[in-house]
Parts: sequence; C-alpha cells; structure tokens
Amino acid sequence: MATKHYPTPMLDVLEEGEWPSFISGFKALRDNHPSERIRNTINSLLGQLEHSYETRMGYWKGGTISVFGYGGGIIPRFSEIGHMFPDSKEFHTLRVQPPAGNYYTTDMLRQLADSWEKWGSGLQTFHGQTGNIMFIGADSKNYQPFFDEINEYGWDLGGAGPCVRTGMSCVGSARCEMSNCNEQAIHRHLLNTFTDDVHRPALPYKFKFKVSGCPNDCQNSIERSDFAVIGTWRDDIKIDQAEVKNAIMKKAAEIGKEGDRSAGRHYMFDNVISRCPTGAMKLNEDDTLVIDNSNCVRCMHCLNVMPKALHVGDDKGVTILMGGKRTLKIGDLMGTVVVPFMKLETADDYERLVEMAQNVIDFWAENGLEHERCGEMIERIGLVNFLEGVGIDPDPNMIKQPRNISYVRMDGWDEAAQAWFNRKRAEKSAA
Amino acid sequence: MAAPKMREPIESGCPDGFQYMHPVMRRNYGQWLYHEDPRPGVLLHVARSGEKIWTVRAGTQRILDVFTLRKLMDIGDQFAEGYVRFTIRSNIEFMVADGAKVEPLVKALEDAGFPVGGTRNSVTSMAHTQGWLHCDIPGTDASGVVKAMMDELIGEFKSWNMPNRVHMTTSCCQINCGGQGDIAINIQHVKPPKINHALVGNICERPSVVARCPVAAIRPAMVDGKPSLEVDEKKCICCGACYPPCPPMQINDHQYTQLAIWIGGNHSNARGKPTFQRLVAAGIPNNPPRWPEATAIVKKILQCYKEGARDWERMNEWVERIGWPRFFEVTGLPFTKYHIDNWRGARNNLNSSTHIRF
Ligand code: HEM
Ligand code: SF4
Ligand code: SF4
Ligand code: SF4
Ligand code: SF4
Repeated sequence: MATKHYPTPMLDVLEEGEWPSFISGFKALRDNHPSERIRNTINSLLGQLEHSYETRMGYWKGGTISVFGYGGGIIPRFSEIGHMFPDSKEFHTLRVQPPAGNYYTTDMLRQLADSWEKWGSGLQTFHGQTGNIMFIGADSKNYQPFFDEINEYGWDLGGAGPCVRTGMSCVGSARCEMSNCNEQAIHRHLLNTFTDDVHRPALPYKFKFKVSGCPNDCQNSIERSDFAVIGTWRDDIKIDQAEVKNAIMKKAAEIGKEGDRSAGRHYMFDNVISRCPTGAMKLNEDDTLVIDNSNCVRCMHCLNVMPKALHVGDDKGVTILMGGKRTLKIGDLMGTVVVPFMKLETADDYERLVEMAQNVIDFWAENGLEHERCGEMIERIGLVNFLEGVGIDPDPNMIKQPRNISYVRMDGWDEAAQAWFNRKRAEKSAA
Repeated sequence: MAAPKMREPIESGCPDGFQYMHPVMRRNYGQWLYHEDPRPGVLLHVARSGEKIWTVRAGTQRILDVFTLRKLMDIGDQFAEGYVRFTIRSNIEFMVADGAKVEPLVKALEDAGFPVGGTRNSVTSMAHTQGWLHCDIPGTDASGVVKAMMDELIGEFKSWNMPNRVHMTTSCCQINCGGQGDIAINIQHVKPPKINHALVGNICERPSVVARCPVAAIRPAMVDGKPSLEVDEKKCICCGACYPPCPPMQINDHQYTQLAIWIGGNHSNARGKPTFQRLVAAGIPNNPPRWPEATAIVKKILQCYKEGARDWERMNEWVERIGWPRFFEVTGLPFTKYHIDNWRGARNNLNSSTHIRF
C-alpha cells in the first residue's frame, strides 16, 4: 500500500523552470524507487524540507557518531521534528574522499550508487564545498555497513571536525596545458601522509590542503586552504611567434574585422599588452612579441588569452601559500607566500614537501588555540615567529612591502643581515 | 555479552585518480599543448603527441538522486566513453576522444534536461552549501536558492555573453562554508541570539562558547539560579558563531534572517592579485521558495557588469576601474553606513587620497 505523501506546495514550485530540479529528483525516488525504505525516507525528508520552507527554519541537530575505528568523517543529523517526519529522523552524511581532480568511470559511479541505495537514502552530492563525495542520509544502523561495503572496494572517509580535511585539486596535468605540477602526486602525498589526522580529529581546528596547477588557481586554494600548493615556473614563457601572428588575425576575424591586421593588433594592445600587470610585454611592428620574463609575475593572463601562442616554461615547480580560510573567527584570510618556489620532481623533493607540511601541522597543533585556524595563529603570533617555528628563512617574496611602523626592536639586526648574506652566498655557490 | 565483532577499516585515504582517467588523459598527463573552445560548454584540448580530448560540460542539480546519477551514467556510456569528472561547481564533464561524438552528446544531455555550458565567459553554476536540507545551523536553503536563480540565468550559463567568467556562490550561514565569488548571496542575521537559559548549563561547554565569539560579546552568567550565558546585545554582530557549539543560543529566526549580496571575490591571480568579495546589498527578504528579490538584484548587477565591463575584466576589476560610487549609481543600489568597514584593518578600506571621479 502506498503511504500518504506529505504535501509540498512550496517545493513544487522548485520543479518549474529549466534548470535541473533537485525536488523532481527527490520525488522520483519517493514515487518510483523499488525500495519501500527509500520511498518512505524521501517522503519524510520532503515533508521536513517543506516545513522548513514554510517556517523558514532548519530542524536538524548534530551529535557524535563515527564508523568503527575512526573518530570523524560522518556528519550526524537527527531531526528535531522526528515525531512529525519519523522516516527521516536519522539522516547522517558520510563524507568520502574522491580522487584528486574528481575523476570517475561510469562503472564506478554505478557501483557506488548500487551500494548507496542498498543502505542509504539514494541522495548524493558531487561534491561538497570541501571536496568530499557526500552521501546524504543514512540512518544510525546503516552507515557502518555502507562504509564497510565501499571501503572494501577502495573508498575511505574524509575529514570532519578538528582534523586534516579532504583535499582538493584542479583538473591540472590530466587535461590542462597550464599546469606546472603533478597534482595527483602532490595531493596523494600530502593527504595520505595524514590519514590518521583525517580520521581521528585531534587538531586545534580544521586544516585544508588544496592544489592548483597554475596561478589561475581554479581550486581557490589561496582563499580557501590552510596549505595551498600552486604550480609555477621559473624560466621564460615560451612564445610561438607564428601563433602570435595567427592570434592577431584570428582576433580581428572574431571582432568582425576579417583580414584587418591593425584591428587585431589593436585588440592585442587593449586586451593583452596593456593588461599585463607589470608591463612586461611588447608587441613589435612586425607582430613579434617580446616578454621581459624577469618582470613577469606569472599571472597567467596572456597565456589565458593566447593558449596556442604562449606556453608555460620548462623549469617547473610550486609556490606554497599558507593560512587561507573563511570568515570564522577573525574574518576571511588569504594564504600568504611561505615558499616562493620549490622543485617537485624527485622523491626527495616530495619528501621535503611532506616534511614541511608535517612541521607546519605539528607547530600549529602545539601553538594554535582551540578552534584557531593556522592563518589565525600566524596573524596572532606574526609570520616571523611562525617561520622560525617551522624552520623557514624569511624571503622578500613573502611580503607586499616592508613594515611601515617603527615600533620594533632591532637589536638582532646584524646577525639577521649576516644570515642573509650567508644564505645568498650559499645559494650562489650551489647554483 | 561479547561486543559484536566489528570490521577494521582499511585506511586507504585518497584513491589513485589515474585509474578513473580517460586513457587519452592518462597517456598525455602533463603533456598538453593548448586548448580551444569550439562552442559554449565544450572544450578541446590538444596534447603534444597530437592526441585530442573533447570535454562536454553540463549543469546538474548537485543533490543527485540515484536515478539522475544513473541517467547521467547512461548518457556517459551511450554517447561518451565512460569517463566523467565533476567541477568544483558540481557541473559534470564527459570526456571523449572522438570529436564526432560531441554534438550527439550535447544533444543527449540537453534532451535529458542538463544544460550544456558553464565554460569561458559564461555564468557558470553556483557553488553552494547545505541549507535546510541538511545543515544544523542554516538560516536559509541553498539548493533552492541556486535552483531559483539558475532558472533565471540558464541563458547566461549556455552562452558567452559576459566580459569574463562569472563565479557565484551562496552560503546559508554568515560564517562558514560558502566561498568567495564574483557574486555571493549569503544569509545575514540581524538580531542577537535568543537564549534558552534552561538548557545552556546542560548542553554547552560555556568557556568554549565564550571563546567562539569574534567580538567578545558573551559572558558566563547565572540566570534564574542556573549557570548560563549572557550576550551584550549592543556588541553582538549577529554572526551566529555561538550557535553551533551552543544550540540554545538560537540565532535563526524566520523574521530576522535576511540575504546579503557581496561582489568581487576572485580567486585567480590573472592580471590582479586574488580579491575578497565586498558587501553591496543587504536587507533582502529570505523569501522561499524562489527568493525573487535576491534574484532581481543579482540580475541587475550582472546586466550592469555585462554592459560596463571590458573584455577580460572580472567583476572586481570592472568596479575597480569605474569606482564604487559609479557602481552604486549604475546598479541603483543604496550606499549606506553599513558598507563602511569597521573591522580590524578597516582603514585600509577607506580612501586616503583625492582620487575621486566626478
Ligand atoms: C556546524 C555545522 C557545520 C556543518 C553542518 C557544516 C557543513 C559543511 C559541509 C557539508 C561542507 C562541505 C563539506 C565537504 O565538501 O565535504 C562544509 C564546508 C565548509 N565549512 Fe562547514 N559546516 C559546519 C560548520 C562550519 C564552521 C563552524 C565553519 C567555520 C569556520 C565552516 C567552514 C566551512 C568551510 C570554509 C567550508 C568549505 C571550505 C572549502 O572550500 O574547503 N563550517 N561545511
Ligand atoms: S589551476 Fe591552472 S592548471 Fe589547474 S585547471 Fe586551472 S588553469 Fe589548469
Ligand atoms: S603572465 Fe601575466 S605578468 Fe607574465 S607576461 Fe603574461 S600578462 Fe604579464
Ligand atoms: S554555510 Fe553555514 S548553514 Fe550553510 S551548510 Fe555551511 S555551516 Fe551550514
Ligand atoms: S551571534 Fe556572534 S557576535 Fe553575537 S554573541 Fe553569538 S558569537 Fe557573539
């Protein structure tokens, strides 16, 4: 016998319009899913969601649950109005770590869907804002068997709570010509060093790694991660002069001036040459392009406009910024440069990266206050104390400009200046 | 009684991505030469080896039911080559090595109701948070806001009409998961939390709640002979940070929850350095199921940006060039005392020059 459907007049409105409707998807499950458990759960969920729409209030509360052996990875949800909507009164989310770059085969997604509809609500999200696959809606007896099942074929939980969180990486080397690093390797080296810290929350607060293959930072790593690894290069931008000429004529055609070279040049001046933030580009009379690479800040603009003519260099590596986060508690912070450039080619290079991450997390675990993000700690103690704590030397690439306030003790100046000269000498002799 | 025997987890962590990559992508990993944009929603990447891969990108509802997921997988098997990925804005991408498959794939997606687009200078789909569907502290829904807005912006998703790409986000509380965006639609509370003093003593770890407040507005207090907490309502900025650790400090209220719109968050380093979004509008009714007032403002801002910005200018760069006074003029949005920053470092956001446009 069919159960009575909760009326959903407000949600029904969200079935109108052209964009794919999550409500239509819910209703399909409610009406057509072979499992009575899923039909009832989704009916109940729709009832509660409608109630939220009508009263403009949320009705979930948290709690603490985890799978056997772990301390996190699941967001518990118990309904405060479970008496009204009993079939979805427990509706926990499992956060599952995707591969870097979010690649799947259709077969694997089918397999996950099969497991999920066996145990859960049949609702999932690719992906949450932190980057997890979110399997939304398992009750208290079913999350463990669901986890056991997918864990057997290669999937593990991500982080929740004060711990290392699931990482995110851009599409990168797999498909993007702008990439300067191996996002897959960086991501897995970092995340899988900290599996214990992902699964057993014991840090001051959350800690996020994100990896972008170039300064376009498609992964939003500067603004949204504690530890941002961004690919870059040190040598010259590669210029294909024939393609520069083609780009000029192609632009002319695109703006409706087929064959008009001067219109194409005009476009180039307005949109490329004059938009270079450091004025590092020059377009000669003969349409050859010159770049002052020593002044290029690797902003990516010219490469984005002319992907066929300009290419990143060969001496690739990464820049690392630390301390980005969103609002709570002291306001949004961007990550700032801690490592201006580092090669990532050999096993030793990767070991150095992982070690640095370990040092940073250890120092923060030791010195961060409860619920204080790494960037907030840096703000509180100052970048210099942080650098000394993790054993990294100061570098002028870390600042926008030197201090403007004279309130500072400088009795260690001579030693600091000497250390700088020593470092410079050592760098020179190493080169 | 012996505890039931539990299975030990396999701590495999993040899985190997190469096993799920299209073979052309695996073979040409790190060896891509350039890309082209054959049409909105389609990318063509060419490797040094000469091999090519086409990507078709489509919008989804983000909260996928297994039926919809399987429908997408069927399309992926029938019209593509069985390899997909998701963007951070929950668009799905199908990769094919055979260019002849692109048009039938686009058609199959569109016929099944998945709009193809979201590349280059389009308005791509909105990154969003949990909302009433699943979070314990939301002031509004997220999926519903996105559905309602994308219904109105779907034409911009499918075309290349914008000066540069537009990334939008929503966030259903003021402090947490939502991201930075060219346009961000975030909830804003306007009244301090209502405290259920009978429950605080039992449920909340009081010192950690006190520590959570960004403006030190909370102090321990005895209320009706019971240990509780007290909020200095003049100081309180209604951020809601005390609510997750202490649910009896109820911040959500159907009357005093409004939407605010922020613009100019840009994570790219292209041309300028990354920027944070800035408040432009508030006091917008939290009006389910379609939030028409918020959508109208978003559309107005997009229209002004589209008309006023130069090619390649992101939202923040456009405003930087024309200046904030003109932004408020062209959009018709009111400028108020609430736009003037008073948080730490606020004076950096003031004009200490005579640079004024007349
Ligand atoms: C109390 C309840 C909270 C719930 C239910 C919640 C839920 C979530 C969820 C589901 C995600 C996406 C996760 C994923 O991809 O797996 C997320 C991301 C995020 N949350 Fe929360 N959250 C909560 C509290 C907070 C708090 C207190 C903060 C703040 C400071 C916060 C900041 C964030 C941020 C910044 C992200 C996304 C950041 C990124 O890009 O990685 N959340 N949250
Ligand atoms: S961040 Fe750079 S390398 Fe990564 S996908 Fe974006 S443009 Fe490509
Ligand atoms: S990458 Fe940016 S800084 Fe470098 S030359 Fe091109 S536009 Fe100029
Ligand atoms: S933005 Fe706030 S309300 Fe929305 S899901 Fe995140 S924590 Fe919950
Ligand atoms: S709402 Fe925010 S400002 Fe007000 S008392 Fe709570 S934490 Fe403090």
